[in-house]
Amino acid sequence: MTDIARLLQRDSFIERNARSRATALLDPGTMRELAGPFERLHSPWLARQQLVTQADDGVVVAKGLLDGAPTVVLAIEGGFQGGSMGEIGAAKIAGSLELAARDNRRGIPTQAVILFETGGVRLQEANLGLAGIAEIQSAIVDLRRYRPVIGVSAGTVGCYGGMSIAAGLCSWLVLTREARLGLNGPQVIEQEAGIGEFDARNRSLIWGLTGGEQRVATGLADACVEDDTLELRAAVARLFARGIPQRHRSERADDYLAALARADTDAQPMPADVRAIYTEGDA
Amino acid sequence: MEKLAYTFAAGQPAQGRTVTGVVASGDLEVLLEPGSNGSTTVAVQTSVDGYGANWTALLERVLGPGTLPAARIEINDNGATPGVVRMRIEQAFEEVRLP
Repeated sequence: MTDIARLLQRDSFIERNARSRATALLDPGTMRELAGPFERLHSPWLARQQLVTQADDGVVVAKGLLDGAPTVVLAIEGGFQGGSMGEIGAAKIAGSLELAARDNRRGIPTQAVILFETGGVRLQEANLGLAGIAEIQSAIVDLRRYRPVIGVSAGTVGCYGGMSIAAGLCSWLVLTREARLGLNGPQVIEQEAGIGEFDARNRSLIWGLTGGEQRVATGLADACVEDDTLELRAAVARLFARGIPQRHRSERADDYLAALARADTDAQPMPADVRAIYTEGDA
Repeated sequence: MEKLAYTFAAGQPAQGRTVTGVVASGDLEVLLEPGSNGSTTVAVQTSVDGYGANWTALLERVLGPGTLPAARIEINDNGATPGVVRMRIEQAFEEVRLP
């Protein structure tokens, strides 16, 4: 098959909006939206700052089945305010994860998928957004004891800031080549540390160090898939079937820190150097 | 940001509700619910000020004839062009008509 034919036949996941992504991950006809747009949970803070609000505050909570198993999908809409986490959107995610954990304690093995398409906290909502992200993080750690919490970042926004920490807490993480994962975005690093440290216009450097392929090669994510809805759904189902990891990635933080402490920071590391640092002795 | 409100004559109440679009750059979100018999209301929230006349002209063209089902419409706009606005509204009416 030619590249063009493949491109035309492919069912892109990236091109879908959050609601459509959530629907596509769940078994056909099982998707039920909770706290949806007609509940009109607009951000109370954006309007006061003369910004247009979205009726679901940029987060879709979808309950349904994935290969027959009870699943909640939390899809962040990257198009609305850069997928930023405000008070309402963050509360929707944290509350859903908490209810999923409660399901498990009551004998219903509800599992969760979070679709990260976010620059992190919504600056206009400041501490309320940050507090919401902290709640999401503790809810992930609670739920992952019972069933895997799978993070997905397809692109094109990627996953940054406090929400990149939430992604790091997930049991398994799925990325595409277009996705990027990092604590600080390229422009923030350049602004704070100078262009010598990081050139935010150098796209091959950005994707080389923080892109999906590199993150999987360094063990910070578990699967790098094509931008194809069926392929992505299959990867998520495969990871759910693997169950809870023996050791969560976040429980290996000391190993990662030790590996980073051994790294030479005088020279600009290239993608291959970073892979070596992270896989040394399988950190 | 500007808020606008409109009322138009319409037919029978729409069957069902739907949401189309996203408040992304150059796009808008249209929430459509069944309206009260014979009238459609539109509440617009737009990021671009001073385009009231364009909104009036566009909504008049789509809803003015009064042939569409009665609906309660909420529009959250982030700088969509008139063509995009019209397509999102028509998409919403099309979706509630589907079985």
